[in-house]
Amino acid sequence: MRKLFGPLVVVAAVMFAYAPVMIAQAPFESTMGLVQKIFYFHAPSGMIMLLSAFVCGVASAIYLWRRNPAADHIAMAAAELTALFGLIVIVTGPLWARKAWGIWWDWDPRLTMSFVGWLISVSYLFVRKYGGPGSDKLGAALAVFGAANVPFVYVSVNVWRTLHPKTSVVPKLPPLLRGPFWFSFFAILVLYLLLLAARVHLERQRATLDELYLAEEES
Amino acid sequence: MIARLFVALLALQPPAGQSEFVPVKDLPPTESIPAAPLLVAAYAFIWVAVLFYLWSIWRRLNKVEADMRALGSKTRSPR
Repeated sequence: MRKLFGPLVVVAAVMFAYAPVMIAQAPFESTMGLVQKIFYFHAPSGMIMLLSAFVCGVASAIYLWRRNPAADHIAMAAAELTALFGLIVIVTGPLWARKAWGIWWDWDPRLTMSFVGWLISVSYLFVRKYGGPGSDKLGAALAVFGAANVPFVYVSVNVWRTLHPKTSVVPKLPPLLRGPFWFSFFAILVLYLLLLAARVHLERQRATLDELYLAEEES
Repeated sequence: MIARLFVALLALQPPAGQSEFVPVKDLPPTESIPAAPLLVAAYAFIWVAVLFYLWSIWRRLNKVEADMRALGSKTRSPR
């Protein structure tokens, strides 16, 4: 990942410079008009939030099972990124909803479950920061619940009656809307991988520093 | 049958002309909310959040590396 980091930064910079051009050139949606263009970063951020919660849960399960510190570092980094992308989804969604639905928020299944998913990631971070000894295992258990919530968030729009558009919207996108959407998705995915790598590196450095302090105390 | 035909014909009629104006305080949401500020606010928030997070990683990494350097020089210096 270290060798790929530089080229990926360049790829991300180019993609984020070009994404606004593609979004601006995309046609307006017939019923929502201009405000629907929030979709190009809102939906991919939601997908990355779910991916990150899943990564965090799997890494936490591995940590609980094998006590592998590398898995814990990945879980910690993924939890922070779940909170970041979750916050983006929770803020941009109401800005879109205000115009499209006439309300900022509705406690419908998709919105409520996304909010719960975000709260689990924030809870994980609080547990890890203030939980004291044993918080790594407690946090890991929380993250497994966070990952278990992911499929429910995904299917919620198809199973229950909700104001939120269904998952079928994405595969059925017309070609002129599909291009900017997937371009934005891959730009955000590259950004996610870069942030994950940087955050894992930070966690590894912290672990090394703790080991150095322990060695210093023992000598 | 005649009643059904009457209802169907009635449905084809243009709506009756407005006989009075009814004032309302608030416009319907479709007319009162401009989309552009919401769109700009959404994208501005995304960029601010991502840049703030990048800055926070950079700051935390600098602090850890400074601590490592300080600890390294402390262990190297004679006691």
